[in-house]
Amino acid sequence: MIRTPLRPLARVLEARESGESPDAIERENLRRRHDDMRDKARRRAEGRLVLMAGFFLCAFMVIGGRMALMAISEPAEPRAYVAGSSIAAQRADIVDRHGRTLATNLATYALYAQPPHMIDKAGAAKKLAGIFPDLKEDELLEDFTGKRKFLWIKKKLSPEQRQAVHDIGDPGLLFGPREMRLYPNGPLAAHILGGASFGREGVNSAEVIGVAGIERAMDDTLRDPARAGQPLELSIDLSVQAAMREVLNGGMYLLNAKGAAGVLMDIHTGEILSMVSLPDFDPNDRPRPLTKGDAADSPLFNRAVQGVYELGSTFKIFTVAQAMEMGMVGPDTMVDANAPMQWGRFKIKEFQNKNYGPLLSVTNVIAKSSNVGTAKLALRIGGEAQKKFLSDFGVLEPTPVELIEAPGAAPLVPPNWSEIVTITASYGHGFSASPLHLATAYSSLLNGGTKVTPTLLKRDRVEPGPRLVKPEVSQAAADMLREVVLTGTASFGAVPGYEVGGKTGTANKPLKTGAGYHKDKNINTFASVFPASDPKYVLIVTLDEASDETGSEPRRTAGWTAVPVAAEVIRRAGPLLGLRPSIEPLPLTELTLASE
Amino acid sequence: MRTLLFVLPGLAIMALAFWAYSENYETQQSLSHVRDLQAQIGTERETLAILKAEWAYLNRPARLRDLVDLNFQRLQLMPLMPHHFAGVDQIPYPQPVLPALDGTITLSGELDP
Repeated sequence: MIRTPLRPLARVLEARESGESPDAIERENLRRRHDDMRDKARRRAEGRLVLMAGFFLCAFMVIGGRMALMAISEPAEPRAYVAGSSIAAQRADIVDRHGRTLATNLATYALYAQPPHMIDKAGAAKKLAGIFPDLKEDELLEDFTGKRKFLWIKKKLSPEQRQAVHDIGDPGLLFGPREMRLYPNGPLAAHILGGASFGREGVNSAEVIGVAGIERAMDDTLRDPARAGQPLELSIDLSVQAAMREVLNGGMYLLNAKGAAGVLMDIHTGEILSMVSLPDFDPNDRPRPLTKGDAADSPLFNRAVQGVYELGSTFKIFTVAQAMEMGMVGPDTMVDANAPMQWGRFKIKEFQNKNYGPLLSVTNVIAKSSNVGTAKLALRIGGEAQKKFLSDFGVLEPTPVELIEAPGAAPLVPPNWSEIVTITASYGHGFSASPLHLATAYSSLLNGGTKVTPTLLKRDRVEPGPRLVKPEVSQAAADMLREVVLTGTASFGAVPGYEVGGKTGTANKPLKTGAGYHKDKNINTFASVFPASDPKYVLIVTLDEASDETGSEPRRTAGWTAVPVAAEVIRRAGPLLGLRPSIEPLPLTELTLASE
Repeated sequence: MRTLLFVLPGLAIMALAFWAYSENYETQQSLSHVRDLQAQIGTERETLAILKAEWAYLNRPARLRDLVDLNFQRLQLMPLMPHHFAGVDQIPYPQPVLPALDGTITLSGELDP
């Protein structure tokens, strides 16, 4: 590059001669040089900008071209994908613990119409009304001749109905493939499964969504494509469930009960082996919820989970267990049970105004179901400790079971745990819980004293939960419950071979007005455990407004109603669970000494 | 030599073109075969699902109980009860059959002095 000097000698001399300033020449030259530099830089920047613009143009053209190609191409599934990827059904099946189907999918068709393509609208409407008795001919015709271009006629068709519609031969009547949810066992386990219906619908497919029960609670899992059709295994045993439903149904009719509920739980894992609530419904044809009246009267109401009742004396064992855990008493300690007991303006009485006192052993407090005995123990324990103990057993919060109804079924707990609440709570009054709460609490108490979490899903292995009571207390509680069946209020509960232990509970139903109780409407509960020497299962049976009318006057206590039903459930379910009856020692023949 | 150098690549290209052509068709055939198989698997799965549903429907406990009740004369089935369990000592084992005693039996032994 030739660098022009800023002060060329020739011009400087010339300028000096003519008397001009040579500095002006230098400034002039400097300006020119700067102009040149500026022009060069601008040219270079412009070149770069053009290059970038060209690059972006190319990139956008490539992307645009690709988009256009994809937009005009026919959609097709990739054909050459890896072998082994399976074509799975939309929604996973639900099976019981032995793999027997509880819910599955069935391919079916939905019927829709495109009136602009229909040829004989009147004829088609007439024939359709003939095939489907629930459709009205004039309404169909009105739909077909109106402005509508598309309408659904039937959500699910049977193959015969489909053929019949096919035979009408109208090009405006079309079928869309559907997957429908089928519950082959009908009303068995209806409350657990809930039901399913269609979500978003298109012509070629429809979304199947759960509407209640485990179908709704586990909806995401059931629809997860990553499971690749692997069924959801429940902890339910189908045969036990069927036996329990049959027995409860029979018991409900024999004892004129309005409803019945039963929960059978594995004491160590918290798996619910069977859960029945009667009356029930067919999930294939789920009834609509009641719009007025009491929701508890609907068959959709799950008494075992949503039925929050005062479960009565069944809770006495927790008062006694806590007293033993705190080291206050042992099973044979004599405690004060002098009835009636006066507390402020309240009078605590025993059943039929009896008096089991003045002193009663702790075992007999349970066996004879003494309200006063537990009330006095509870006062020694104190309200704060009692509330915490019950809360540890999960009786005061909603159960974490995998049902959509569970979180809404919160126990009714008085806001202020006063002393009178302490007294009534000691024998299961004044707060309400569901049969499932009771089953969970009994399992936690009797399995050696570690907390269990109720579940409807099959578990292979369960870590023991936090310890709630000592193993000795747990075994002592089981022995006391056994004593109730041997000598106490639940003598009808004895099942030879299964060493049933349990506690009865009879509670009057509260009046709708909220003040006071019904005299002749009871909730009868029997909470049982078997075998008592090595507890394995807990069974809760609750009957709503049951009464035994065989005697001269109706008997409404749990001992006459819930207990025989529960015993029959154990007699049927025990062998099905593979539980071998143990040979109980015969009572020794009483010898009378000859000398006497 | 020079001619050969021109002809040989030409022949090679023709051979390769023929091979690629046939490969292409074979691939397409395999793909369509795979598609047919996939469709078949899909249908079979659907059939399987229907059969499973039908099996579950026919084996539902309520139906089995009704069938057992209907055929009680022949089957004489009862619900399983605790007293149906038995101990091993309650099972009658077949008695060993003794051979008939006809003829002399030779015995040998030591006489106690």
